[in-house]
Amino acid sequence: MEICVISGKGGTGKTTVAVNLVLSCEKGMFLDCDVEEPDGRIFLLPRIERIDSSFISVPVIDEKKCNFCGKCAEVCIFNAIAVVKKKILFFERLCRGCSACWLVCPEGALSEGKKETGVIKSGEVKNLRFQEGSINPGEETGHSIVYHMRNMIDKNDTVIIDGPPGLSPVLLETVDKTDYAIIVTEPTPFGFHDLCLTVELLDNLKVPYGVIINKDNGNSSIEEYCQKRSIPLLLKIPFDMEIAELYSRGIPFSMELPGWHDKFKNVLTYIMKYHWRKKDSTSVKWPYS
Amino acid sequence: MKKVAFSSTGRDLNALLDPRFGRCDFFVIVDVETDDVEVFENEAKNASGGAGIQAAQFVANRGVDAVVSGNFGPNAFQTLNAAEVAIYTGTGGTIQQNLMALVNNQLQRINGSTVESHHGMNMPQGGMGGGGGRRMGGGRGRGGGW
Repeated sequence: MEICVISGKGGTGKTTVAVNLVLSCEKGMFLDCDVEEPDGRIFLLPRIERIDSSFISVPVIDEKKCNFCGKCAEVCIFNAIAVVKKKILFFERLCRGCSACWLVCPEGALSEGKKETGVIKSGEVKNLRFQEGSINPGEETGHSIVYHMRNMIDKNDTVIIDGPPGLSPVLLETVDKTDYAIIVTEPTPFGFHDLCLTVELLDNLKVPYGVIINKDNGNSSIEEYCQKRSIPLLLKIPFDMEIAELYSRGIPFSMELPGWHDKFKNVLTYIMKYHWRKKDSTSVKWPYS
Repeated sequence: MKKVAFSSTGRDLNALLDPRFGRCDFFVIVDVETDDVEVFENEAKNASGGAGIQAAQFVANRGVDAVVSGNFGPNAFQTLNAAEVAIYTGTGGTIQQNLMALVNNQLQRINGSTVESHHGMNMPQGGMGGGGGRRMGGGRGRGGGW
């Protein structure tokens, strides 16, 4: 099963939650899909065993065969191809690898080529498998890397996905069709604003979700919002100097501070139960109150 | 020079020149010899990316010899260059004023892009210059563009 940790606003604690959550698993996998800034490895210190390239398909143009009909430019919704004055221009950075251009070319002037957009590193740490994607500098979007990573997942594994910030296509690729999403939020106006956006997105995607409040300072507005919308509040992590200090040293705080390992394990157990009884979700009661 | 395309905020010669090329509202195409005026809505305006390329292709395929706008991004510039279309940066004011300035050789012809990619995104219309959201999509924190 895939559990995806997301937030909308950056810096609310996605990686902190994802790392501590995966460490509470007996056996599982950590998938870092925050391809612009993967940082789970700082806390997990995995042994990287292999590095694979992630490619997208881009057109290769044979100008000798091209009759400049412009059909490829017309079909490209990303405007990566232009045909003007018996010239064909290809803007590689705009290409998302959809294949439409060479499929419509009546002259066979375009064929499929490959372009590396990032790398996927795989490894292990203790009893966990680890994988992270990272986008090559200058590339505009890493959704294809996430697509490849999620395609490699063993569905029988418990996979904790560390998602990207924002509500971008990379996020869609990361969270769509996962079994459960955890929204990590913080008691700030910006955190709350993005929580609402993320809730709307997940409702549309029909991905079940719960909320974790990080840096909790006693402000009850997020709790009230969750209650009003019947969103399960999975956990509250206090605004705490010790946690911050451990974070700055790259240590997952549940390994050091007593009680937290079990708290994260409880979150996981709740989600598992929810997942297996999905059809009758009302029967699952979260002990947190 | 015969046909000139202006990026425009409106449908006639009295409209203001739109400082954005790829994401302007309209293209007003004037035949300098016959004074014929054609107006087209800019279909590239709401493109998620590559608006400059699409717009450049559009005006080039209308057979214009020159374009006048406020700013041109690198992709628009490259496409217009390939199409052998002369590129001018306009002055503020209406299409009519810019047309007169062009005819009187008062506009500056440029040989390179004037702004970075994505400059015209989320930029309020009207008025020359001004900033613009450089990142696309609903990204928060870092990146998140499509």
